[in-house]
Amino acid sequence: MLKVKDLHAQINGKEILKGINLEVRPGEVHAIMGPNGSGKSTLSMVLAGNPAYEVTEGTAEFNGKNLLEMAPEIRSHEGLFLGFQYPVEIPGVSMVNFMRAAVNAKREYFHEPPMSATEFLKMMREKRAVVELDNKLASRSVNEGFSGGEKKRNEIFQMAVLEPKLSILDETDSGLDVDALRIVAEGVNTLKNDNNATIVITHYQRLLDYIKPEFIHILYKGRIVKSGGPELALEIEKRGFDWIKEEVDNR
Amino acid sequence: MSALKQYIDLFREHGKLIDSNGAGPLNDLRQDAFLQLQDMELPKAGSDNYENCDFEEMLAPDYGLNIAKVNIEVNPNATFRCDVPMLSTSLFMLVNDTFAETTGARESLPEGVEVGSLRTFALDYPEHVSKYYGKLADIKNPIVALNTLFAQDGLYLRVKKGVKVEKPLQLVNILENGMPLMAVRRLLIIIEDDAEAKLLVCDHTQNPDLQFLSLETVEVFAGKNAVFDYYNLEESTEKTSRLSALYLAQEEGSNVSIDGMTLFNGTTRNEYYTVFRGENAELHLYGMGIEDASRKISTYSRIDHAVPSCRSNELFKFTLDGEAAGAFTGRIHVAPGASKTEAFQSNRNLVGSDDARMLSRPELEIYNDDVKCSHGTAIGRLDEMQLFYMRTRGLDEATARLLLKQAFMADIIDRVKVDALRERLHIMIERRFAGESSACASCARCGK
Repeated sequence: MLKVKDLHAQINGKEILKGINLEVRPGEVHAIMGPNGSGKSTLSMVLAGNPAYEVTEGTAEFNGKNLLEMAPEIRSHEGLFLGFQYPVEIPGVSMVNFMRAAVNAKREYFHEPPMSATEFLKMMREKRAVVELDNKLASRSVNEGFSGGEKKRNEIFQMAVLEPKLSILDETDSGLDVDALRIVAEGVNTLKNDNNATIVITHYQRLLDYIKPEFIHILYKGRIVKSGGPELALEIEKRGFDWIKEEVDNR
Repeated sequence: MSALKQYIDLFREHGKLIDSNGAGPLNDLRQDAFLQLQDMELPKAGSDNYENCDFEEMLAPDYGLNIAKVNIEVNPNATFRCDVPMLSTSLFMLVNDTFAETTGARESLPEGVEVGSLRTFALDYPEHVSKYYGKLADIKNPIVALNTLFAQDGLYLRVKKGVKVEKPLQLVNILENGMPLMAVRRLLIIIEDDAEAKLLVCDHTQNPDLQFLSLETVEVFAGKNAVFDYYNLEESTEKTSRLSALYLAQEEGSNVSIDGMTLFNGTTRNEYYTVFRGENAELHLYGMGIEDASRKISTYSRIDHAVPSCRSNELFKFTLDGEAAGAFTGRIHVAPGASKTEAFQSNRNLVGSDDARMLSRPELEIYNDDVKCSHGTAIGRLDEMQLFYMRTRGLDEATARLLLKQAFMADIIDRVKVDALRERLHIMIERRFAGESSACASCARCGK
């Protein structure tokens, strides 16, 4: 589904990603862990197409198509979803209008007619239930005045609406209490099936108690320096990142 | 040579003709205006409070003035349909600077509302009109002086003591002529004690190929506990210039909203001068402008807190694209005795291109310690992270920008208290940002 080869990227002339290799197949759950400043969020931004970042080298293929050539909205239509670490507040744009525009933009991309109002509202109702998102939030401006937990739940709600093939969840666990964490994780697990895939970017093992990845990657200094199974996450939980840093720095 | 000269000469030669199509109270002030203008130097672009506004340039074209009041054949009912079609209003018109009336406009007006041609009222009730006409507007202001020199007609509105007008009144100003024209309009609005009314003024230019200048002076008297909402919507053309000065005086306990919205324009200069004369009065002064291509807008406001315990709330928002230029100067003056004043001012601007310019200048003069005052100004671009966030959800860049600009103006529109107008404005703004003329939604002019 996703094939990333030797990906280099920079922002404001500073190289952050220094040769990322990553392959994700349908049905898989991957976790990317790493210390602060290792490039985790940059990787998510580059894959989603944030124009502030410049790809200088390497390739990324998404379902056989060149991901790097696509505008962010095309990546979305093609089935890529980014759950933001800091969901953006958009005062004056209501959640309902925002989601309707998003859903219909995708339908237009696939030459389908816009969804009827009744159909749309029914779908919104169903998807809200996935993350127990309050109906009131849907009529408010996007993320404006939402609590930290509500913002993250809203990300998963949008993911549920857009039904992506590949979801990248950037630090979705940060700022969540245990209950919110459980709701968010259950939402992700509910949406999981054999045809889609998830990349969970996280600093801590905590989220991985709920979302069980088969593959763990450690990102450090812009490279994936170690990959393994779930046991690698447990080792990080016990020993922290320092031993990996030492291993890499002494190479 | 100053552009004023042609107007001074015109008055010298045709003073009698102007008077004969005017009325006593209007004619009485012309000599004052003439004396002012003779020695007046027009404000230059870049001078204090006139940042991007060049009066010489705006007054330079060889405009015709219809001082002989030659009837221009316009059947207002047939030629024009307002862009706010669902709004049930009592509709009156100024075709250039001549009052016209639509059928049925007075049907639902309650007793105690006097509305109609300023000239007619000035002829019929000269003493009453003299009590108000020219009493607020400052004859030293070039807009007022020039307006007073030529004003022959306009709108007169008086809502008598205690009368509450439920249905909004509407005045449609139309610019329509075969040659470049200056329309000299005067609005005199008297909302007496405990009276309530809403007035929507829509400005339109019918012919986009001709130069027009709309020269306007508005005087509003709000009595004790009067409630008055004034909405002015400009939808003119790139070749239309507008020089407008609005003067407002508020008595004790009155509550007034002034809302100046510019959807389409050429070069616009809007001035607002307000003064509190009685305590516990409240003013809401709002405005917005959507400027692109080489349109210009310049806004000046002065809010005078002359007495204690009044509240003013000012908010102006502009978007500028292309080579558009905007300026906002907002002065709030709190007099030494005006304790317990609350005055809030905000100016927010979105600049979308490298060639667009915006200048914002808050000026607060506060001579009392016991006040709550604040001001804020911001000039910025659309937020890149907001744009990116929206695009990751599948909205293309143009749609994302459109939604963000609409959202930017939403709080101005949401303050409109007439439901049908508010809903209509949201749609008009959406169309405007999408690059469509809002007129096309309802107008019969071009048959679309």
